[in-house]
Amino acid sequence: MKKQLVTIALGAVLGLSASAAFADTLADVQAKGYLQCGVSPSTPGFAAPDANNEWAGLDVDFCRAMAAAIFDDPKAVRFTPLTSKERFTALSSGEIDVLSRTTTWTMSRDTNLGIDFAGTMFYDGQGFMVRKDLGVASATELSGAAICIEAGTTTELNAADYFSSTGMEYNAVVFEDQDEVVKAYDDGRCDVFTTDSSALAAERLSLANPDENMILPEIISKEPLGPSVRQGDDLWFNITRWVYFALLESEELGISQANVDDMLGSDNPGVRRVLGVEGDFGTAIGLSTDWAYKIIKHVGNYNDIYERHVGASTPVGIARAGSVNDLWTRGGLMYAPPIR
Amino acid sequence: MAKSQEQLQQTRSATSLIYDPKFRSYAFQILLLIGLVAFGWWIFNNTVTNLQAQNKTTGFDFLGNTSGFNIGFTLMEYDRSSTYFDVFKVGILNTLLVSVIGIVLATVLGFIIGVARLSSNWIIARLATVYIEVFRNIPLLLQLFFWYFAVLKTMPSVKNSIEFVTGSVYLNNRGLYVPDPQPNDSFVWVQLAIVAVIIGGYFLNRWSVRRFEQTGQRFPFVPAFIGMLVVIPAIVWMVTGAQIALDYPVLERFNFAGGIQIPPEFVALLFGLVIYTAAFIAETVRAGILAVSDGQTEAAQSLGLKNSDRLNLVIIPQAMRVIIPPLTSQYLNLTKNSSLAVAIGYPDIVNVFMGTALNQSGKAVEVIFMTMMVYLTLSLLTSVVMNIYNARIALTER
Repeated sequence: MKKQLVTIALGAVLGLSASAAFADTLADVQAKGYLQCGVSPSTPGFAAPDANNEWAGLDVDFCRAMAAAIFDDPKAVRFTPLTSKERFTALSSGEIDVLSRTTTWTMSRDTNLGIDFAGTMFYDGQGFMVRKDLGVASATELSGAAICIEAGTTTELNAADYFSSTGMEYNAVVFEDQDEVVKAYDDGRCDVFTTDSSALAAERLSLANPDENMILPEIISKEPLGPSVRQGDDLWFNITRWVYFALLESEELGISQANVDDMLGSDNPGVRRVLGVEGDFGTAIGLSTDWAYKIIKHVGNYNDIYERHVGASTPVGIARAGSVNDLWTRGGLMYAPPIR
Repeated sequence: MAKSQEQLQQTRSATSLIYDPKFRSYAFQILLLIGLVAFGWWIFNNTVTNLQAQNKTTGFDFLGNTSGFNIGFTLMEYDRSSTYFDVFKVGILNTLLVSVIGIVLATVLGFIIGVARLSSNWIIARLATVYIEVFRNIPLLLQLFFWYFAVLKTMPSVKNSIEFVTGSVYLNNRGLYVPDPQPNDSFVWVQLAIVAVIIGGYFLNRWSVRRFEQTGQRFPFVPAFIGMLVVIPAIVWMVTGAQIALDYPVLERFNFAGGIQIPPEFVALLFGLVIYTAAFIAETVRAGILAVSDGQTEAAQSLGLKNSDRLNLVIIPQAMRVIIPPLTSQYLNLTKNSSLAVAIGYPDIVNVFMGTALNQSGKAVEVIFMTMMVYLTLSLLTSVVMNIYNARIALTER
C-alpha cells in the first residue's frame, strides 16, 4: 500500500512537470463563468466603488465590456483591487485574466514583463498638485520640494527624469498604496503630490480642502493608459484588443447605447458589420456574431463610458472635446482599424 | 539445541529485506529525499517554463542596469543613475540601520520594563504591567500607523517648525533636522585615541578579573574605563587641535537643506518596533529573573554579599541563561518586522528593492529570492552571535 502511494506520488510529480503553463484563457474564463479583472483600489473615474457599492469607472467598464462580449452579461466580472506593485505579478501568475488598472503602456513593460497591451483607453500625462499657499505657479519652481509618490509606477521614474534633466533636487516620499500617498500629502508630509493628471483631478476631490490645492500646468510625460493581458495567448489578446476597438469603431459609426437597437436596421454596411447583422467577425475570436452589439447594448460605446465616468459633467470633470482622447475625426488620437 | 539456533539464524537472514528495520528506515528516507528533490525540481522547472512561455527573461543581469528612480533616505551615495544593485545595497543598509538601533533600544527599554514589573513599588509595577499588556496585544502594523499618521498630524508645518537650540535643531512634519558634524582631518587622532582606549580597556578588564580571582582585591573597572574614555580623547583633541565644523540646517523655499534629516518614517518605524518588541523582551526578562530561585538570593545573603554583588554575581548570571535564547527570537522578530516599513513609506529593502525595483525591472523571482536571502542571512548571523554569547555565559563547572 505504501509502495503504491509512493509510486502514485512520484508519477503525479513527474506527470505534472510541465502542466502549469497558461493556455486558453477564453476557455478558462467561460468554464468558471466570470471574468477576473484587476483594477485600482480607488481612483475615482477609473475604478472605485460607487454609491451602490458597485465598481464603477472607465477601467471597470472596459472589463464589463469584455464580460458583455463573452457572456452577454456585464455583471459577469469579479474585480481584484491591486496596488501598483502587485498588478503585474497578479496578471502573470494568472490571478486575474485582464489588467485594466490605469497602467502606462511602455516598451519595457510590453516586452519584458510577459504582458501585452491591447490599446489605450486614456491618453494621460503626469502632473503636479501643490497647496495654493505655497505660492508656486509652475513645476520649474519645485526645486527642494518633498514629493509624495506611489511605489512601482512610471510616475516614480518620470519624476526622477524630470528633476534630473532640469537640474532640480527633490525628496521622494514613496508609499505602496495610493490612499496613503494622498493621506500623507494631505497631512503636509509633502509639498507636492504627483501622478497622472487625470488621477490628480480625481484625488483632489478626496482631500480635506480641495479648493486649497491646485494642479500645476506642466505635463511632464506621456502616459497612455490601457488594458493588458498575458503574453502567449493570441486569441485572448485579440478579444481584448477588438473589444477595445469595437468601443471606438461604434462611436465613430454613431452607434451608442441609446440607439443600438434602432441601428440594427441601419443600411450602413459598416454599422451592419459591427452589429453582426452582416458578416461574421465574432467566430474568429471565439465569440458570437453579435459580440459588439452586446458590448454597446450593455455598456455603450467609448463616448458613453467616458462621459459616464470622467467627462465634463462628472466630479472628475475632464472635458473630452478637442482633447487627445477625442476621436481622430475630431482631432483626437482615438482611432480604430475598421471592423471588416 | 545448537542446531535449532543455527536454523533460527538462517530463517532470520532469509526473511525479506522488507522486515529489516535498518533497511526499511534507510529506504523510506531515500524515498522521501527523492520525492523532495523531484518536488523541488518540478517547482523550479515549472517556474522556468512559465516564464519562458510568457517571454520573460530570467537571470541577475538586470542588477547592473540603471534604476531610474530616486530614494528619499539613503546612507550611501545614490541617485537615479545608480544601478539596481545599488538599490539592493541602499535597502539592506536602511534595514540594518533600523534593526540595529531598534535592537539596542528595545533591549534597554525591555530590561527596564521587565525589572520594573517586578518592582516592590506598586505604581511602577502596575505601570509596567499596563505597558506590556497594551503594546504586545495590539498588532504592530496598527501601532506603526498610529505612530506615523497620528503623530505626524500633531507636528507643525515647515514654516512653523519647532526650534530647539536656536538655529540648529528643528522639528516639523518632515522630520527632525540636526546639524551635521563635519570633523576636519586631524580629528582622526581623536578617533584613534578612542579605539586605543577601548582596546586598553579590554586588557585592563582582563587584568582586573585575574587580580580579583588571585588576590580578592577589587578594581573599580567601570568608573575607571569611563574616565579613560572621556579624558584621553579629550586631551588628544586639545593637543592636536582637531575641530568639528557643524553644517546647520537652513530653511529654503520648501524645506530645510543641509544638516542631517531624520525622516518621520524612520522615527515612526523605530518607535513602533522598539515599543512593541520591548514589551516582549520585558516578559522574557521577568521570566528569567523569576527563574532564579529564592534560595539563591538567601544563600548569597547568608554569604554576606552586598546587594550589588548579589545581583551581579548570583542573580543576573543565572537569569541570563534563561533570558538569552528567547531574547534571540525577539531580535530576529524585530529584524523581520522591520519589513512592515513598506506600510509607512520607510525605504527599507522590502520597500525599495522588493517593491519599486521589482516593479520597474519585472524580475519578480530573482528579486524576491534575493530579499529572502537577505533576511535569512541577517537572522542566521544574529543567531550565531547570540549563540556564541549564550555559550560564553552558560553555566561553567569548575
